[in-house]
Amino acid sequence: MQATETTTRATSLTIDGTDVTVPEGTTIWEAARQLGIEIPVLCHDPRLRPVGVCRMCVVDVGERVLAASCVRQCADGMSVVTQSDKLDRCRATLTGLLMSDYPDESRRQVTTADDQLLELAERYGIERGKSALPRGNGRPDDLSSPVIAVDHSACILCDKCIRACNEIQHNDVIGRTGKGYGTRIGFDLDNPMGQSTCVACGECASVCPTGALTNVQLTAPLRPRSALTSVDSLCPYCGVGCTITYHIDPEENTVVYADGRESPGSQERLCVKGRYGFDYSRHPQRLTMPLIRREEFYPKGALSSDVRGARGARRRKKPGGLVDYDEVMPAFREASWDEALDLVAGRLKEIKDTHGSSALAGFGSAKCSNEEAYLFQKLVRAAFGTNNVDHCTRLCHASSVAALLETIGSGAVTNTFGDVGNADVALVAGSNTTANHPVAATFIKDAVHNGTTLIVIDARETGIARHAHHFLQIEPSSDVALYNAMMQVMIEEDLVNHDYIRDFTEGFEELREVVRSYTPEAAERVCGVSADKIREIARVFARAKSALIFWGMGISQHTTGADNARCLISLALLTGNVGRPGTGLHPLRGQNNVQGASDAGLIPMMYPDYQSVADEKVQAKFEKAWGIPLDPKPGLTVVEIIGGALSKEIRGMYMMGENPFLSDPNTNKVRKALAALDFLCVQDIFLTETAEFADVILPASSFFEKTGTFTNTDRRVQVGRKALSSPGEARLDWEIVCDVARRMGYPMAYDSTEEIFEEFTALAPSYAGLTHENLQPTGKLWPCPDPETGDGIQILFGDGFPTPSGRGKFVAAQHQPPAELPDAEYPFVLNTGRLLEHWHTGTMTRRSRALDAIQPQAFCEMHPEDLAELGVETGEPVHLATRRGSIVLAVRASTATPRGNVFLPFHFREAPANILTHDKLDPFGKIPEFKFSAVKVEKAEAASA
Amino acid sequence: MAYPHSHPRETRILSEHFGEIEATTLDGWIERGGYKAVEKALGSMSREQVIEVVKESGLRGRGGAGFPTGLKWSFMPKDDTLPHYLVCNADESEPGTFKDREIMRWTPHQLLEGCIIGSYAIGASHCYIYIRGEFVDVIPVVNQAVVDAYSRGYLGRDILGSGYSLELTVHLGAGAYIAGEETGMLNSLEGRRAEPRIKPPFPAAKGAFGMPTTVNNVESLAVVPHIVTNGGDWYRQWGTEKSSGTKLFSCCGHLQKPGTYEIAMDFNLKDLLYDLCGGPPEGREFKAVIPGGSSVPILAADELDAECSYEGLEAAGSMVGSGGLIAMDDSTNMVHAVRRMVEFYAHESCGQCTQCREGTYWAAKILRRIERGGGREEDIPLLLDISANMAGKTICVLSDSAAAPIVSSIQKFQDDYMALIAKGQHAAVGT
Ligand SMILES: Cc1cc2nc3c(=O)[nH]c(=O)nc-3n(C[C@H](O)[C@H](O)[C@H](O)COP(=O)(O)O)c2cc1C
Ligand code: SF4
Ligand code: SF4
Ligand code: FES
Repeated sequence: MQATETTTRATSLTIDGTDVTVPEGTTIWEAARQLGIEIPVLCHDPRLRPVGVCRMCVVDVGERVLAASCVRQCADGMSVVTQSDKLDRCRATLTGLLMSDYPDESRRQVTTADDQLLELAERYGIERGKSALPRGNGRPDDLSSPVIAVDHSACILCDKCIRACNEIQHNDVIGRTGKGYGTRIGFDLDNPMGQSTCVACGECASVCPTGALTNVQLTAPLRPRSALTSVDSLCPYCGVGCTITYHIDPEENTVVYADGRESPGSQERLCVKGRYGFDYSRHPQRLTMPLIRREEFYPKGALSSDVRGARGARRRKKPGGLVDYDEVMPAFREASWDEALDLVAGRLKEIKDTHGSSALAGFGSAKCSNEEAYLFQKLVRAAFGTNNVDHCTRLCHASSVAALLETIGSGAVTNTFGDVGNADVALVAGSNTTANHPVAATFIKDAVHNGTTLIVIDARETGIARHAHHFLQIEPSSDVALYNAMMQVMIEEDLVNHDYIRDFTEGFEELREVVRSYTPEAAERVCGVSADKIREIARVFARAKSALIFWGMGISQHTTGADNARCLISLALLTGNVGRPGTGLHPLRGQNNVQGASDAGLIPMMYPDYQSVADEKVQAKFEKAWGIPLDPKPGLTVVEIIGGALSKEIRGMYMMGENPFLSDPNTNKVRKALAALDFLCVQDIFLTETAEFADVILPASSFFEKTGTFTNTDRRVQVGRKALSSPGEARLDWEIVCDVARRMGYPMAYDSTEEIFEEFTALAPSYAGLTHENLQPTGKLWPCPDPETGDGIQILFGDGFPTPSGRGKFVAAQHQPPAELPDAEYPFVLNTGRLLEHWHTGTMTRRSRALDAIQPQAFCEMHPEDLAELGVETGEPVHLATRRGSIVLAVRASTATPRGNVFLPFHFREAPANILTHDKLDPFGKIPEFKFSAVKVEKAEAASA
Repeated sequence: MAYPHSHPRETRILSEHFGEIEATTLDGWIERGGYKAVEKALGSMSREQVIEVVKESGLRGRGGAGFPTGLKWSFMPKDDTLPHYLVCNADESEPGTFKDREIMRWTPHQLLEGCIIGSYAIGASHCYIYIRGEFVDVIPVVNQAVVDAYSRGYLGRDILGSGYSLELTVHLGAGAYIAGEETGMLNSLEGRRAEPRIKPPFPAAKGAFGMPTTVNNVESLAVVPHIVTNGGDWYRQWGTEKSSGTKLFSCCGHLQKPGTYEIAMDFNLKDLLYDLCGGPPEGREFKAVIPGGSSVPILAADELDAECSYEGLEAAGSMVGSGGLIAMDDSTNMVHAVRRMVEFYAHESCGQCTQCREGTYWAAKILRRIERGGGREEDIPLLLDISANMAGKTICVLSDSAAAPIVSSIQKFQDDYMALIAKGQHAAVGT
């Protein structure tokens, strides 16, 4: 909702004899603080709605009852006393009451040593065990959560965790239960925390003032912040790009714990991955030496039983689905960096010389920094001499980016996720936001709480759907029909924004023609949403004063992905919802640097900043900058490169931090393709499934071990800072890339990532003016016209678009069925996706103790009625088969997945989802259809699971 | 048919028809002059005029706090841009109090009339009767009355052609004393835990569902029809300047004739105890009397010659409270009695405020320790210290209420404490 300007009146009062004037509505506590008077608090935190329950902050306002200063607002003429014997006695008795049953050992005090109750006890001279009160029998411990320890006997019922859970994260897990002294915090219906709906975001433990909710030890023992080294950095996981302060034990070379850090985007909030998923970097499976494949292991092929696909051939030794190093390591021998780098450069050069540059290709990664991404594409373009460079963004938002570039001339978001707070209506389409962009989801939930109307459109009833005013559960792959029908209604009922269409768009007539036949009644038959509901939603959206559209992979990962995105863009243009507060287009980016990796040029048809490789002027610019002739031919995309490997068109590959074996569609084909490569170099921190096919494996550095910039889903460029040193002989990725380039005869030399960033920003107008220095501490949005003072431009395109005509273009789409439809043999629809606790191919999250403990096992989800028909109980194994392959894994009953559908997370190597998917592509975005394959489900024998 | 123990010295306005089963029916009520007041108020009086006559009558809230009812109504916003609500507090859970139950079970339409007129006066479109869930015998009676009132057009759209519409919902409580506290009640009504809210904002500004709301006790509302019919001066003929009219006292404990009596507010407490209630059981003396429900200070036997008005009982050292009188004779050990009461509060504290949650628990624990012979002399100042910290500092007054009997019993019956402490110490020495 639009914030309404209210003129704030001033209020004058005296506090401890000093006159003070504050804006109306200021609390006494706040006013006193401005005067430098500190009133002790326990239940108050400026981030939370004041509730005034602990009564520690009471002051005398001359009434019968002492007032809680944290909630009581100042009033004209009020005379407040904050210090007196009476008040001191009151605070002391209160502390005494709380201390009388306080556990002898506060978990907070013995770990981070910031127990606020003990601080007060010291201040008021209250000694534990000296109380005249009879000691009671304490309330119990609850150690059921892998990340948060609960000690009910240390709980003072300050309500902070409840508000943090309900009002910051909107998870509504914690409440009070019981009455009187029996009052306790309870999880759900008073379940153990670990068995509740708690999502382990840790917000509660971060606000708890006592030893009641504390973080458990994940690496080295927890110690006070002052005894550790603090590094202000970022979360290594999703595109929300939360800011984090890591507390490091330098001797152990490990992160001990993480705190959310204040910044305009994430505002100190974190999810379970960011707060507890930091320990993967010290996993014993880290690669520490370059590895070269032994002679005996040629011809190349998969090494581990999982990757071979030999199901049931061998019992898994360890649970948790990690690569069994005993199985794969014998195939490699350790080598010196010199030997390994010479071999890589030599073999790549040899292939280039015999088969031409276009026989080489490289995969960068959206996990890499902007600097690494920039250097990597430079390596491929300048040293390999080809544009065959791509990365996993191809698999998540390529269709969105393609559609955005085509229609509005820019592939990035037009507004930040946080601006949803200003939106009258928010539309979330095909995004499981609470799982995949958890912290962004908290801001959507905030907005709903403050009056924004939320529309969620999805085939599954995702977590965010629970917060929606309108949830439309559509048939999978029926998006175009639905959005066309909404637009048909808007045009028919004349709800469109004529001024906006006239001033800022083109192609309206064509759109009108196409959508004309999409009546709500016609759409109802395709998408399974009633015509009335379609009309209602169209009206709600069109009448909104401001509307913001979020979308995720439910939109993009289809053979019609670009069409789906075009429709959403048209919706925004039709209603004039771009370029103002609370409006915009926001495809939620998956990995931490999806935006940046594309910005930096890891795209086969574009140089950095989306400058076309086919444009001669651009080519000349980069040839000049890089000092070498460049290939004008656009390169191949991810899936095309894999296909090329199979047909021998591609012979040599270099992969930096990518794991296509698990991430790319149609694994059986990927397996053959990887094995067919003449030469494969994999640079990574673990020996991944893909690395089993490598000739050379180069040990790289994890996120925590390097400094670089990352661009989040909001276009916010932020600095991730080195917190740990790399293990063994592992090296920084950018240094490795430079060495390979040099050895291939193309000189590359930099002193630091700052220098690389400088070179990149000089070539990328959107990043102009940004430096590592001016990006600290909380980054800036690109474009940023005044980098020394400004935060960058939040809302883009208020006055036209960066297209040739300056207008946004309506590109109409016709509904098309998905590539592979269910039939009698394969009757179910397979939909792949992600879980809150895991990320991408699980290489990091499954090596995180906490995340693995919470979600250790591969599973798929189906509707309970389908399971009943198949005679399968929840938790039992099922056999999933498509035309390409089959896997066996446990199934969980869930009504979130509609009947006739199977939802399958793709993080689990022991049950790789992409064995099942097909590799038909969206013709425009070249993205595969991960969200729709035809699948057969059968009950499996327990033994084979 | 005589209502149990009715007495000629009562002034029976509210209780006139107690005991008459026909009065519970709509027809029976109309025969007794029922709904005339509704006709008068809705038919010929403006909202302001209704508030005015209630103000004139001097009626003070009968739920415990004694806040002037007319004044409370006048705090409601005058404009109707937001919905207004009237919530009738029928949660009656104060130990020793059972007078609202009598009103509802014998004269449900008397209450409905009050609700309709009250709602009209404050511009409410919806009235809730929040009734104590344990009142299993009363609830059907009230429900039937509501159904009948709807069917006869006293509730619903366009009541009696006046253009005024009112919906009324009977909402059952689920067994928490704190739901009787008005803002706890509003939370409970909204489906939340019955946790009292911080005031300000007061319900008139932000009450049920965030809207302007008035909460009134059953007795406060039930007497309104009589005031509307007969005028403010008529009501003032009883009682005193500051305490006009009559009040129901539900009397229990060590009495010959316990029951609910309606007396003019200037009636003498001693007369109520000895004359109406028949005095203590044979051969016993009164030791202590709590005149207004367990939340008010205890009076000792020599303090009973007092006027039952707000100011009279205050002068005597206690309060009118809810009018739930509890008499205790000389067989009572005050430590036992107070421990029982404090345990009630410890059990019923909503648990929000530290003082109340921890203080009631510790006080009960110390009292138990004394009773069991483990007491120490320092326990007396400790109890007083905890009580001092419990009073006047919390979100609602449950905490104050729990402290009141502790403090007054220590002041007035310290011997009982000392005897138990001495006995315990003696026993400890002996073993
Ligand atoms: C702990 C507590 C319990 C209460 N219980 C009741 C009750 O059961 N019935 C009641 O009418 N008022 C009760 N009250 C008083 C109400 O908060 C409120 O003052 C009253 O309903 C207002 O109505 P009145 O102005 O008509 O008296 C209670 C107050 C407190 C603090
Ligand atoms: S929301 Fe994303 S960036 Fe933020 S903590 Fe979670 S995974 Fe990390
Ligand atoms: S005083 Fe007691 S009952 Fe009242 S709000 Fe506080 S804790 Fe709850
Ligand atoms: S800090 Fe104000 S009541 Fe707890």
